[in-house]
Amino acid sequence: MADDKSNAAEYWKANVRTIAGCLAVWAFVSYGCAILFRPLLAGIPVGGTDLGFWFAQQGSILTFIVLIFFYAWKMNKLDEKYGLGE
Amino acid sequence: MSQFAINLLFVGASFALYIGIAVWARAGSTKDFYVAGGGVHPITNGMATAADWMSAASFISMAGLLASGGYANSTFLMGWTGGYVILAMLLAPYLRKFGKFTVPDFIGDRFYSRTARLVAVICLIVASVTYVIGQMTGAGVAFSRFLEVPNTAGIWIAALIVFLYAVFGGMKGITYTQVAQYVVLIIAYTIPAVFIAMQLTGNPIPMFGMFSTHTESGIPMLTKLNEVVNALGFRDYTADVDNKLNMVLFTLSLMVGTAGLPHVIIRFFTVPKVADARWSAGWALVFIALLYLTAPAVGSMARLNLATTVYPEMAGQVEDYDAAAEQALVYEERPGWIRTWEETGLINFEDKNNDGRVQVYNDSNEEYADIAESRGWEGSELTVNNDILVLANPEIANLPPWVIGLIAAGGIAAALSTAAGLLLAISSAISHDLIKTMINPKISEKGEMLAARISMAGAILVATYLGLNPPGFAAQTVALAFGIAGASLFPALMMGIFSKRINNRGAVAGMLAGLLTTLLYIFTYLGWFFVPETNMLPNTPDSWIFGISPLSFGAIGAMINFAVAFAVASVTEEPPQEIQDLVESVRYPKGAGGAVDH
Repeated sequence: MADDKSNAAEYWKANVRTIAGCLAVWAFVSYGCAILFRPLLAGIPVGGTDLGFWFAQQGSILTFIVLIFFYAWKMNKLDEKYGLGE
Repeated sequence: MSQFAINLLFVGASFALYIGIAVWARAGSTKDFYVAGGGVHPITNGMATAADWMSAASFISMAGLLASGGYANSTFLMGWTGGYVILAMLLAPYLRKFGKFTVPDFIGDRFYSRTARLVAVICLIVASVTYVIGQMTGAGVAFSRFLEVPNTAGIWIAALIVFLYAVFGGMKGITYTQVAQYVVLIIAYTIPAVFIAMQLTGNPIPMFGMFSTHTESGIPMLTKLNEVVNALGFRDYTADVDNKLNMVLFTLSLMVGTAGLPHVIIRFFTVPKVADARWSAGWALVFIALLYLTAPAVGSMARLNLATTVYPEMAGQVEDYDAAAEQALVYEERPGWIRTWEETGLINFEDKNNDGRVQVYNDSNEEYADIAESRGWEGSELTVNNDILVLANPEIANLPPWVIGLIAAGGIAAALSTAAGLLLAISSAISHDLIKTMINPKISEKGEMLAARISMAGAILVATYLGLNPPGFAAQTVALAFGIAGASLFPALMMGIFSKRINNRGAVAGMLAGLLTTLLYIFTYLGWFFVPETNMLPNTPDSWIFGISPLSFGAIGAMINFAVAFAVASVTEEPPQEIQDLVESVRYPKGAGGAVDH
């Protein structure tokens, strides 16, 4: 029982770490590249405008998709590793 | 065949399909009715979620919002997609594991409190009812434009169709009609966009065309667009926003609001396993992105198209924009689509300087006023309702009549699919949370099923009535629905999963604090209960606290919710052991009981 508990606790910690990493990227592309850091990225031209504009209208959405699939894949691995999958 | 007959054919065929699905997918049990039996494939659910999510506003208004706001309105694109990331990681898998039927179910059980459940039910109903009114009126507009029936009749027809598959099929009927509706709406949205991208840039993929070269002028499309709107006194299309704080908070509010909207969350209760809920969120975003990546292309290209229709000389390589501005469109030579839409009143022309030409420019730009005056312009003469960009696209691009029929069916599909999802969220909160859990726990399976159907029918009637007589708050979907979902429901759900320490008192205090501060801030600027003239401060950026708009306050409300909940919980007793065990159990996929039968 004690083993089960520490195993489960570790699984949860790994999950929270994964989420923190994914959300860091999530915030970086949307609030960072697309909004706050846009002036810093102004020098990088993309199709008639700048990289920040591209992130705001396309880049962040594409990153979001990759993030969710990465998370789903990673969690399947964790489910298996800790024997907690269905 | 006349355009009317073609529209009728397309819309009629799509209705026949929905009704066919309704007959096939009848609900046999409450589990069928609430969660489609719990056996929906993750990709199927992703597609249904996309249709559930993409409303009449996404289909009809989004491109217009982007066209008029340019970069500044990227907030909607990021907010309405980024919410799925937090939904996929912070809510959906655990709520699926919890395995019950509604969102208030989790809040009521986890916080072992009737008050918490009741607050959740009220938040859910207010958010969903506000949202559904827009769908009913949206369907009414689409019907009246394409099928030449009065608005009122359009709303009744929409209500009848939803009634047929939602009352009999519940979530099961709704799921499979939403899949069909997704297919209809995405085809309808994409085809005209592909043609327009081809005409303007030679690139058939709109999202790439937007960032490639404008064929006629030989310079990048967005550079061309900036030049043209600039020549007419508008800000650059890609111009940066000064108030970054508000832009960040507005985007965040839309994200947490999206993740907290019950009609989206309950879609994830329909998949067989926890892992499926995670994959399904990814698929949902893929299907949503197909439209949301196309919308900015449609918006920017439509804006350019419109400007060069009015100033034909501006279309190619332009040496002198001033000279091109003199050659505005002669009103009598206007293209057919302008004539069509003038009849609906959504395009209006007023020849202010009586020169027989159509001048469009930014007449609120004081620096541009001298230039306009020197040309003999006396104000912008054409007003174009943003909502027509998508609907008029096929005509602007000279596409065959069947594409217009497809757009009609697509717009109606977008409105119906979202309306049905919202109505299910409302009716299950009434029949399951109010009747079954709070009023009469001894109700039989059959009795609850009947209650669910009656609640659904009642919800449809109320939505129809409000669609016919829209109250003042109907236009406030973003403020009310997203504000409430983000400030009240999202934090409560997240804390219920990620903290064992939050107890009943903390949760209730947090939800009420988030909800009430958000409403107070909104009412301060938009009027008490949105009654005009009752606002205590003018709704202008100057009077907003720290420049935060009332629509952006949901994110602050969420933070207040978290802070109050933790503060109150830390000075009151720990949740009982069985509640802590419940939190443990939702965290691990293993042993998903409840709604699963496999």
